[in-house]
Amino acid sequence: MKTFLDFEQPIADLEGKIEELRHLSNNDDINITEEVGRLKEKSQRLLFHTYDNLSPWQKVQVARHPERPHCVDYIDELIRDFTPLAGDRQFGDDKAITSGLGKFRDQSCMVIGQEKGANTSERVRYNFGMPRPEGYRKANRLMRMADHFRLPIISFVDTPGAYPGIGAEERGQAEAIAKCIETCLTVKVPLISIIIGEGGSGGAIAIAAGDQVLMLEHSVYSVISPEGCASILWRDAGAAQTAAEALRLTATDLKKFGLIDMVVNEPLGGAHRDKLGTINAVGNAIEIALGNLKSRNSGDLCAQRRKRYLKLGEEITE
Amino acid sequence: MNWLTNFVRPKLKQLVKRDVPDNFWRKCPNCEYMIFHRDLEANLSVCQKCGHHLRLNAKQRLTMLFDEGKYHRVELPNVLLDPLNFRDQKRYTDRLKEARVKTSEEDALIVARGEMNGLPVVTAVLNFDFMGGSMGAAVGAGLITAARLAVAEKTPLIAVTSSGGARMQEGAISLMQMPRTVIAVREVKEAGLPYIVVLADPTTGGVTASFAMLGDIHIAEKGALIGFAGTRVIEQTVRETLPDGFQRAEYLLQHGMVDIVTERCDLRDTLIRVISLLMQSNKLDDGVPASYTLRSS
Ligand SMILES: [Zn+2]
Repeated sequence: MKTFLDFEQPIADLEGKIEELRHLSNNDDINITEEVGRLKEKSQRLLFHTYDNLSPWQKVQVARHPERPHCVDYIDELIRDFTPLAGDRQFGDDKAITSGLGKFRDQSCMVIGQEKGANTSERVRYNFGMPRPEGYRKANRLMRMADHFRLPIISFVDTPGAYPGIGAEERGQAEAIAKCIETCLTVKVPLISIIIGEGGSGGAIAIAAGDQVLMLEHSVYSVISPEGCASILWRDAGAAQTAAEALRLTATDLKKFGLIDMVVNEPLGGAHRDKLGTINAVGNAIEIALGNLKSRNSGDLCAQRRKRYLKLGEEITE
Repeated sequence: MNWLTNFVRPKLKQLVKRDVPDNFWRKCPNCEYMIFHRDLEANLSVCQKCGHHLRLNAKQRLTMLFDEGKYHRVELPNVLLDPLNFRDQKRYTDRLKEARVKTSEEDALIVARGEMNGLPVVTAVLNFDFMGGSMGAAVGAGLITAARLAVAEKTPLIAVTSSGGARMQEGAISLMQMPRTVIAVREVKEAGLPYIVVLADPTTGGVTASFAMLGDIHIAEKGALIGFAGTRVIEQTVRETLPDGFQRAEYLLQHGMVDIVTERCDLRDTLIRVISLLMQSNKLDDGVPASYTLRSS
């Protein structure tokens, strides 16, 4: 069962019609086959046009699409010998952060990612991709381990934000995030981060302050969710669409502001229409990003990473 | 406190209520006691009736911290102005203008240098009066300036935080101030100099989750609200009532997130004590941190 987003209704209608006609045409009716071909072409054109002109709010919906490839899909496809590693050695293991050792195209590496889950029971298990302090402390521990063994780190970012709960606050959510950011900016190994869906605020940057930050074309990265921003600044959660526009949270915007390095194009109609195509495109982009860092030695890496963040927000002098 | 403030004022208050401008009296947000502004000032904005710590603006804060209330302001660099061309119900540029008129400051962070009990320090204070002390590019740039000054002059850095978090009007650029400020305080730490955070009411969101939680020592003011997520968001998420004193300084102390909770009247002395204890070996070597005095061959 395919999930269509609201704005995809015309496409859904066309695809429905195509299906209907296909059922009718058991006996090689030439007219129906022609009609199906025509409609298919039309639906492709419509899909192209729709996805070429997505509004920021529509991108938010695509970024949150339940069938969009998630962290575990990337790991399954791109990471060989994946060996999950659990726990923060202090309190527990947070499933919202999936992490472990593995091989990316023959390179041993540490993988850290946020996982939202693909169905209801998974989403509950992964806490909808909202990490608790344990998750960030696990990420912190594993980034340090990667540094110790000189392994590059790849982080997949997909979270609505860090979990706003009582226990999370008690156990120092803010401190856990701050320490995670600090570690991102201290390790002497390459750190590649890819925003694959939602880059939700501090919960995202905690594992995304990397040397090279990549973003999928229709993913979003923001300081606050459009709903949250709308309810604070517009005093109306219904203004989310307007807030999404004002926040400039699309990959194109972030690239323009120099906050990310690379936009990875998605297949026609978004990542959820071609998971494998998307995953491979991300894989190639990671390889390029790692290649870009090859010439830097370990001391350079950290210094240049810091330099990159130090200038974000500086006045551009002519 | 004297008999006059204790006994005469409540009656007086009722008499003159209508004729006296509001800013002569402030109602304690905790016990609703009406406090005369001079008494409030003399008592570091702490309610003399219930001990509630009212918020201080950045200038009041600097005055109470430095010797004889004297300090030098440090000029901060210009930053991108309204990079997003952001507009909600108001233009961001208009909000900035209003905040600048209201506070006579350029942005939410004020950096000053001066002495505390004769010890030179650099202090970075967030001004809650300026757009809720929110962190945008200017705050990030200011903290870098403060950190670099502390390193250059081999002094401790004290950050006093009170902030609603990131400045939404600067979008992802405000988010990037989290790593930016983390690097700033890292430079102080890597130079072997103390980085002390004073957490004042309220410290939340992206500020807490970056430089405010990375101090060598965390000193929280009594009763200050300190946390990552806002209480309303948490209530909506967990659908249960929050425990008593949740996200208050004392609660954070209990949960191991801060070293010291102090009353405002003890804050300066506590800071002086901590800094002089930490800086002892730095001082012996002419201000050069001990770990950096090894002879290079
Ligand atoms: Zn009171």
